[in-house]
Amino acid sequence: MPGKLKAKIVAGRHLPVMDRASDLTDAFVEVKFGNTTFKTDVYPKSLNPQWNSEWFKFEVDDEDLQDEPLQITVLDHDTYSANDAIGKVYIDIDPLLSSEAATVISGWFPIYDTIHGIRGEINVLVKVDLFNDLNRFRQSSCGVKFFCTTSIPRCYRAVMVHGFVEELVVNEDPEYQWIDRIRTPRASNEARQRLISLMSGELQRKIGLKVLEMGGNAVVGYLQCFDLEGESGLVVRAIGTACTLDKISNTYAPASAINPCNSSPSKDTKEAGFGEEAPGVPLSSGPPTPLRAQTFSSFSPSKSYSRQSSSSDTELSLTPKTGMGSGGSAGKEAGPLKALLRQQTQSALEQREFPFFTLTSFPAGFLLHVGGVVSARSVKLLDRIHNPDEPETRDAWWEEIRQEIKSHAKALGCHAVVGYSESTSICEEVCILSASGTAAVLSSRFMQDGALDMDHRFEDLAPPGCGFCHIPYDELNMPFPAQLTYCHCCRRFKVPDVLFTTIDLPTEANVTGKGCLIQARLCRTKKKAQGEGNATAISNLLPFLEYELHTQLMNKLKLRSMNALFGLRIQISIGENMLLGLASATGVYLTPLPSPGGIQIAGKTPSDITYEQHISNMQKKINDTIAKNKELYEVNPPELVEEVIGSPIPEPRQRSRLFRSHSESSDEVSELDLSHGKKDAFVLEIDDTDAVEDIHSLLTDAPTPPGFYSCNTEIMPGIYNWTSALQMFTSVRVFRLSNVNLTNQGLNKVFNDLCENLLKSLYFKLRSMVPCCLCHLNFTVAVPEDELIQVAVTAVAMSFDKEQTLENGRQSCDKTLMKAITENEEQLQFPLELTAESSSNPLSSAKGLSEVSGALPSARDRCSSWIEQLRLKAHTIRRGSIKTMSSLEKASPLPEGRSRSLRSNRSYAGGSVAVVKMTPLSFIPGTKIIKYLGIINMFFIRETTSLREEGGVSGFLHSFIAEVFAMVRAHVAALGGNAVVSYSMKECVFMENPNKNQAQCLINVSGDAVIFVRESELEATPPQPQSASTQTSSSGEGT
Amino acid sequence: MTMELDVFVGNTTIIDEEVYQLWLDGFSVADAVKMRLENGALGECEVSGEVLHSDTMDQYRTFQMCERLLHCPSKLANQLLFQIPAHHQAMLIERYYEFDHMFAREVLGKKLSKGTKKDLDDISSKTGIALKSCRRQFDNFKRVFKVVEELKGPLAENVQHHFLLSDLLAKDYAAVVFFANSRFETGKKKLQYLSFQDFAFCACQLISYWTVGAVDNMMDDMDVDLEKEFLHDLKDLKVLVNDKDMLDQHKSLVCSQLRGRIRVFTEMEANFKNLSRALINIASKLTNTKDVRDLFIDLVEKFIEPCRSDKWTAGDLTLFLTHYTSTASTLETYRYQVIWERYMGVVKSCILKMYHD
Repeated sequence: MPGKLKAKIVAGRHLPVMDRASDLTDAFVEVKFGNTTFKTDVYPKSLNPQWNSEWFKFEVDDEDLQDEPLQITVLDHDTYSANDAIGKVYIDIDPLLSSEAATVISGWFPIYDTIHGIRGEINVLVKVDLFNDLNRFRQSSCGVKFFCTTSIPRCYRAVMVHGFVEELVVNEDPEYQWIDRIRTPRASNEARQRLISLMSGELQRKIGLKVLEMGGNAVVGYLQCFDLEGESGLVVRAIGTACTLDKISNTYAPASAINPCNSSPSKDTKEAGFGEEAPGVPLSSGPPTPLRAQTFSSFSPSKSYSRQSSSSDTELSLTPKTGMGSGGSAGKEAGPLKALLRQQTQSALEQREFPFFTLTSFPAGFLLHVGGVVSARSVKLLDRIHNPDEPETRDAWWEEIRQEIKSHAKALGCHAVVGYSESTSICEEVCILSASGTAAVLSSRFMQDGALDMDHRFEDLAPPGCGFCHIPYDELNMPFPAQLTYCHCCRRFKVPDVLFTTIDLPTEANVTGKGCLIQARLCRTKKKAQGEGNATAISNLLPFLEYELHTQLMNKLKLRSMNALFGLRIQISIGENMLLGLASATGVYLTPLPSPGGIQIAGKTPSDITYEQHISNMQKKINDTIAKNKELYEVNPPELVEEVIGSPIPEPRQRSRLFRSHSESSDEVSELDLSHGKKDAFVLEIDDTDAVEDIHSLLTDAPTPPGFYSCNTEIMPGIYNWTSALQMFTSVRVFRLSNVNLTNQGLNKVFNDLCENLLKSLYFKLRSMVPCCLCHLNFTVAVPEDELIQVAVTAVAMSFDKEQTLENGRQSCDKTLMKAITENEEQLQFPLELTAESSSNPLSSAKGLSEVSGALPSARDRCSSWIEQLRLKAHTIRRGSIKTMSSLEKASPLPEGRSRSLRSNRSYAGGSVAVVKMTPLSFIPGTKIIKYLGIINMFFIRETTSLREEGGVSGFLHSFIAEVFAMVRAHVAALGGNAVVSYSMKECVFMENPNKNQAQCLINVSGDAVIFVRESELEATPPQPQSASTQTSSSGEGT
Repeated sequence: MTMELDVFVGNTTIIDEEVYQLWLDGFSVADAVKMRLENGALGECEVSGEVLHSDTMDQYRTFQMCERLLHCPSKLANQLLFQIPAHHQAMLIERYYEFDHMFAREVLGKKLSKGTKKDLDDISSKTGIALKSCRRQFDNFKRVFKVVEELKGPLAENVQHHFLLSDLLAKDYAAVVFFANSRFETGKKKLQYLSFQDFAFCACQLISYWTVGAVDNMMDDMDVDLEKEFLHDLKDLKVLVNDKDMLDQHKSLVCSQLRGRIRVFTEMEANFKNLSRALINIASKLTNTKDVRDLFIDLVEKFIEPCRSDKWTAGDLTLFLTHYTSTASTLETYRYQVIWERYMGVVKSCILKMYHD
């Protein structure tokens, strides 16, 4: 019984009129936790009751504290008939269980009813007294912190990154077990809300236990999802990355606190500055000797760290755990150091079942190399979950997929998968499970591994800014044929010609110009079918869908003269008669990678003159677009000077190939040969109508209006000087296809237009914020019914300052960034490096050229080999369930960013309601997050039986979304916070029945409640040299 | 192929002032879209009607949801549903309560009842203001009236406090409430030339000088009604016209002051007794509610029209009224200085305001 929960009901306001006769309400409140219920007195005849109740005390297990929400029900007392419910408030008390989060919940909460929406507000006070539980076999995991943020939260530093945690719980869905199908809307909605709240709590507790077992104290990148499997049940699953985090306690010496090296701050700053240069170097100060390693080996991760920056136990990477020392035996003077290093980390990772990380952005020096996107999908037939306590089937399904991912990563020469995420799409009894991530090589620095003593020797292994681009796989034994060149930055290591990843752009990355959102959209019709047949049909379609999405992405990337995708997320949704595919990513030009070739159009019948003409016209258009895009996104790599003049294709060095639907793979072979002769471009053949369509869709992608930029990652390369304006929004559209007999092309066009128009609308609405960037543009598609396509977008628009020069902006950005992460050493280094690199580039590029021509495995080969892979992996039918797995450069986002010199919205004076900012990013421009108050994870159902009266479906959903925002804000404010970061709307299921004047919607949102302070208000007088520039840049925001 | 559902919700509620005005003006979504396209205020963003329609719909929905809150403006500040910056809140409220003076002129002095509401379509077609907008304005009048009617203290301040309006707008509302409460006649043909502004000015004068609050704003009584005692005392002013000596003396004093200073001296001299009698008669009758209602029509018929037919200039009128008031005070036998000045001060400024074409 290690906890006492106390709640006090203070007052209500704006209550609805429940008694028509008096136009007043006799309200009272029931407070329920677990099976205990308390009641307040009835406060008669008032719409603004003042209950001012006593403290209601619940003595409960901490297990219950984690699982159960506090339920507050406001009712209208009725002497003669049953009391009428006004509405409810569910309060998740989890934030109170961690000593570092909130201490009290106090504030006005909207009273929510699933039929009527928000009906007034109630002021509540909640506290928890927690007794220490020394029981080693406890079932609770109080105190483990959860973060939705997919990077190390701002006011913490990572002591150790333990790795992947996952869990799922299943239950019957109350909606589907209602007796005799007599559905009482309010009761079933509330039962569902309560159940999901309970299941989420249980899930978090179980994951927390796993984290404690691993020796961690936090889960970062926590991603929880619901699968509404209909009659077969309700699955709540979650994944995350277990970490040991250490709070950075004061703003003064954070610079050294984050850096896992010892010694005094001043010394630290200097030495680390040079050490940090190489991401591969975990230790930066003096050569750590084995002796030292021993000294600290007794350190236990669960122990709380000293917060003094001078404390030497910050050398955390040296914490060997039992059985972890093996890596060290690899030898100290080994020749191929790189291989050795990898071996060591590998050994650390191999201890884990799944070396996966949900993080998308990493502490400096953690991410060494990136291999590419790995993904797997599997089509399953749902059946009833017989025993909810042992959800073995679901577990086994995911297990299979994760194994697949793991092996893909291995094939890419990588031992870890970062930016990992999982998702499902369900239609009737068919379910697609998807997982994707980015294969990567990580430094052992944040992992439990020995033998770190040699790491310092790799100091010069890879310069920052390009190291992560260097191929992790063996050049002679490549997993797929890729075209390698020497890195354009360091000239020492090989890099691929294109790089796809699901992670965020590393802050240290060398990028030329700006980035932009790139989307591939695809719609495929499918015959209606049942059960197994349906599943087979879907799994047969999947590879083609993925392949075409990939092709589209490639085309669009080339069209923008870019060579890398970040935050790639591919979503496949199934409907009764169609499959939707949407791939979103942020394209950038990575300086280390070779410049992409242009797109060349090749006709199949070169004899025809008019046809030739047509083709050359199109070619011209494409070239024009490329040129325009180069200007727009400021993609001017220094090598441009050496371009071969006269060729229509700007960058003739690359040769990759784009080709049409591979459905007839026999054709492919000859086509491929055709292009093989031309060494210089991406060839697009228009030998069929499909291809023409393709080119059209390429060219019809409306350019973003002037002043706008967009990306789906946290960081927009090339923009650093953010101003204070910030607007988070959600937009939902549902489109009805009236003509069911649409062709694939027709459908594609409809879908494409839908997305394009949505973007246009967003630009228009946010026009007052120009110049601005839409960040973290997160599209979700669904096929809620036969002829409906639903697209939901959540993103944040942030204004930036045009005036500042790029260079200044970049510097000040980096400075704040470093300040936020508190690694000021690197920051001093950075501008220098930049200039050094750019100056050396023209000189060395000649060398690069010659190297490139030597190694030219074509992209065609890569693609065809990919098809091979597909074939091998496709559809294995097992025990009535059908499974398709395909791998390759697939994606999922969940980007993550850095803090920059950003400012946030001006706060509005006046008004009694505190302003709560919301953003899908992990930071708020111009501010510093000083405290994380806990995770916000809320699930709401709203239903109406008077759809027309509420303004139709749009009116209904509009008010529901507004209500959800309001409830999130209220909860954050009650925790004492002023913002939600890493906010996301993970589920928005909308169903309507206009004939019955009914509609229902389910929304699930999550995020991290935080307290931020404006940088201009931080009078901490940080000693860092960059503070001056930061403060001047943010001082303007007061206006 | 139809867009079934299309919503955009921002954490900070986005409010386009232009669209808000269109909504307030009672335009349908389709009309509003057309107007926005025509206005071309969209600048460089090239937008299709589709985008505009979607945006307009979002805005209209937002306004409809806010409308409930706008009925009780203080709620807007502490509601949780919409996060609206304070300056936008103020704008929303101010604009919502702003009214067309043309419309206000029509309902001025009328009872704010269901009956009047039924006549709104006539007013709408007469003024060219959309019926929807008329209804909103009428409901605003009624709502403000209901809240303020029974409250003590200064009228304009009460309006401002309860509806969070600007000074100017609160004063206008005070006028509307004041007129509606006393039901002044404003609809007669002869009064048609007067604008809402003219009446609002007069109302302000009456509120400031003739109500109970004017004498002592600590008084329990309200600002809405004229002070009974004062109106009763006005009867005493009759002596100025009933006492022949006094009348003559008054006339000679005024004439001596004005000789050579006004162009219409002869007309004034000839008409002095009539004019003086008119002003005094109006004063002495104000104890009857009926005559209070006719205050403005009486001023026009009995005083303004004769002056106008004699082609007095505004300057002439000012001089005349100034000296007419001041000389009466110098009459030795005249004992009602305080009442006289309180009466004439207001009458003078009202007449001067109303003296135009």
